[in-house]
Amino acid sequence: MPEQPIKLYQVGTFAVGNRLLDPEQRSVQARMERSNTLTSGHRACQGCGEALGARYALDAAMRATGGRLIAANATGCLEVFSTPYPESSWQLPWLHSLFGNAPAVATGIAAALKVKGRTDVRVIGQGGDGGTMDIGFACLSGMFERNDDVLYICYDNEAYMNTGVQRSSATPPAARTANTKPVGSEPGNVFGQGKSAPLIAMAHEIPYVATATVAELRDLEYKIERAMEFHGARYVHVFVPCPLGWGCASNDTIRIARLVKETGLFPVFEAEHGEVVSVSKIRRRVPVEEYLRPQRRYAHLFGDPPRTDVIERIQATADRNIRRFGLLDDEGAS
Amino acid sequence: MPTRSTRSGRRALRRQMEGSQAVAAAVARCRPEVISAYPISPQTHIVEGLSDLVRTGELAPCEYLMVESEFAAMSAAIGASAAGARAYTATASQGLLYMVEALYNASGLGLPIVMTVANRAIGAPINIWNDHSDSMSQRDSGWIQLYAETTQEAVDLHVQAFKLAEELSLPVMVCMDGFILTHAYEAVDVPTQEQVDAILPPFEPRQLLDPDEPVTIGAMVGPEAFAEVKYLMHAKQMQALDLVPEIASEFSQAFGRSSGGLIHPYRSADADTIVVALGSVLGTIEEVVDELREQGVKIGAVGIRCFRPYPLEEIRASLQHARRIVVIEKAFAVGIGGIVGQNVRLALSGLGAQVHDVVAGLGGRAITKRSLHRLLADALGDRLEPGRLTFLDLDWELVERELRRTREKRRSGPHAENILRDLGVVASGSH
Amino acid sequence: MFQVRIHGRGGQGVVTAAELLSVAAFGEGRHAQAFPTFGSERTGAPVVAFCRIDDKEIRLREPITDPDAVIVQDPTLLHQVDLFVGLGTEGYLLVNTSRSFAELGLDEFVRRFRAERLLTVPATEIAREHLGRPVPNAVLLGSFAALAGVVSLESVRAAILEKFPGETGRRNVAAAEAAYAHTQHEIGAPSPA
Repeated sequence: MPEQPIKLYQVGTFAVGNRLLDPEQRSVQARMERSNTLTSGHRACQGCGEALGARYALDAAMRATGGRLIAANATGCLEVFSTPYPESSWQLPWLHSLFGNAPAVATGIAAALKVKGRTDVRVIGQGGDGGTMDIGFACLSGMFERNDDVLYICYDNEAYMNTGVQRSSATPPAARTANTKPVGSEPGNVFGQGKSAPLIAMAHEIPYVATATVAELRDLEYKIERAMEFHGARYVHVFVPCPLGWGCASNDTIRIARLVKETGLFPVFEAEHGEVVSVSKIRRRVPVEEYLRPQRRYAHLFGDPPRTDVIERIQATADRNIRRFGLLDDEGAS
Repeated sequence: MPTRSTRSGRRALRRQMEGSQAVAAAVARCRPEVISAYPISPQTHIVEGLSDLVRTGELAPCEYLMVESEFAAMSAAIGASAAGARAYTATASQGLLYMVEALYNASGLGLPIVMTVANRAIGAPINIWNDHSDSMSQRDSGWIQLYAETTQEAVDLHVQAFKLAEELSLPVMVCMDGFILTHAYEAVDVPTQEQVDAILPPFEPRQLLDPDEPVTIGAMVGPEAFAEVKYLMHAKQMQALDLVPEIASEFSQAFGRSSGGLIHPYRSADADTIVVALGSVLGTIEEVVDELREQGVKIGAVGIRCFRPYPLEEIRASLQHARRIVVIEKAFAVGIGGIVGQNVRLALSGLGAQVHDVVAGLGGRAITKRSLHRLLADALGDRLEPGRLTFLDLDWELVERELRRTREKRRSGPHAENILRDLGVVASGSH
Repeated sequence: MFQVRIHGRGGQGVVTAAELLSVAAFGEGRHAQAFPTFGSERTGAPVVAFCRIDDKEIRLREPITDPDAVIVQDPTLLHQVDLFVGLGTEGYLLVNTSRSFAELGLDEFVRRFRAERLLTVPATEIAREHLGRPVPNAVLLGSFAALAGVVSLESVRAAILEKFPGETGRRNVAAAEAAYAHTQHEIGAPSPA
């Protein structure tokens, strides 16, 4: 009988409780007993990708650990909107120390648990791209090198959002931020080499590294649960659109996250001990322009005349990722 | 190996040993559960000693973290302490500065971390030798600051520090002069495990990251409550003014020797002139006091053991009868003057005593008996200008030469290298 | 109080020598304080270490400017560093060398001292013989015990064995004993136990 491969889309939140799925495969969010680790009442913006990602990630982690989890959080949007004095929306033991030390604080917590023989309790360190890849980078690397038993989750919205959208090492080329404005001959952020935290994590040869987006929430949950199967240093890098900082519609968050993957700009993969073990293929490849247009942080590329030269360079980055990570399956993009 | 019975009947171990090793042994007896270590001269022998004790299992259970910076060291201690472990680290100088953000975080969160500061000068210019500029720079950080005069006291203060920190839920730094105490070999009584266990119970945290009872620690506090939270930190530190002597007394009863406390007067009760200082220089000062007393001079000394919180009443009471106070300190506040001197003046406000600020021993320059005699002769002869900061043994000619250079030429070059060249150090290669 | 200043270069065990001396004195029930001057750790750089010995607690914290004894572990320092500053005419001087004071150009200098308080000893050679390594510190301590009588050979022995257990300790003790005997012979003094 002839076979025809059928591509299925994971639709996201609407299908999260999909009754066609085996109960074991359903999202944590579809379960009555979900932890609501980041519970309602927080002050995140409408459409905040980070709030969405954090909720899914932490509830998955709580499920994987039977609710035995402690979190160390860096300063940033997540920390600020989740703990507006005098309230807190965290339902797990949670510590915020400083901007640049979340990985080291998590290391300390893990050490304390180890010395006390609390092998049942696991540790998460989390922060945004600024706290993870810039100011917290030395601590992150140290934690990786020591292989401390910590899962670190980076919610990457590609700029210092909490302080008003300033450029970080995660800010992509040409993007507008408060200090990379679209003025002058080189509008927006510079075209540098980029700084791939997942690749750097892999270079440390830690047990598990993965990337994910908030467009594929079951995939995010799977990766967090998978990470919890390992002991030692683990890193999950989550792409989280920021409607306010990126200038996109608050109901476009998931769509934009899907587009970043489908362009090839954000490779979604898993790696173990420094080697890629699985790649999430692009289902329907799209040109980068489709991803850039809905975001006002790239509006200057679509002016009169449009900056096709810049767009081409961005496309070249996407092409390179596709080649480098093998993001298209044998049948290519449709 | 010589041993000696303490008053309590238990046998302590008296040994001739390096200060750092003695401190490491004492810290180990306090059963720290998480030690985060980053090396910096002159604290390295302490963290190395502790590493050995953990490796051989003599100190167990203990997680020894070799972190990537001092900032990470204090951050890991913060995480560990918040998760209920007794946490310890050690640093000096540049390392202390590198963790400043975390220092304030630890005190603000009320975590009872104990840290050894092996006092060392702060650059630039880089200098590895002893002075108090490091810990003095952090006197407002909310940490309790204790200063040891001898290696024995450094050992004893660590035991007291853990107890103090945990009772108050405030971090404590034990300051001991780098190289002078850390690297000196002297006879020390290292407390036994039983002795320490008897005085220091297991750590019972006031706040705990515990999945069974989740709490949020470290939330933002706005204008409506920040002042109250900060006031509480001040109030807690002030409680140490009662607790420090209490713990010192408890220690004294258990160990049969006096260590710590707020201040340590030496022949000051009937003195006209009193020298005030912190740390190991007090040993030399006491020698000088004895020699002057033999000549009939009514002189004494007051050593400040606990600098933060500042024992204002005790200092006032110990100095108020004197006519002349000479404060000798190993740091100063650039642009204004003495630090300890200002604090002493505060304690004596309203009284008529003359207070002289003397800065000495910066960057490891030795404070000699000879210099102290000269200084005190000037003080006693009223030749010290009141209200003026005196720099002991400063080479004014070197300074003048450099100042002249800066007046003569715009591109006058870096001060440090110029002065070293004048001293014949750079070009000659003799040392 | 008896104050000893030891000069040498990094890597020669100068600091250890001062420490051992303090342990030896401690072993005799006395108070002792030993400490080095510090530069960054560097083999070959001049190093100075100090040891004070007294019958009461030592409170003084300053480098020794008026030593009662100077021990020189490395004669190549002789005309580079002022090794003798503060050493009074009643002082002891012990120099590690196979040459004589005259051959070192010091005969004029040493005339101001008491002859029986000065000594050159080929400590490096003795060390090589007993230890197989040119580390002269334990040897010099053995010699110093005989020269100054401030600590006994037995105390030096005990200090060495405490610091260096096993074969290393035994060999260092043998070297120190050899130096002690050599020194006694040189200065013609009767031997205390």
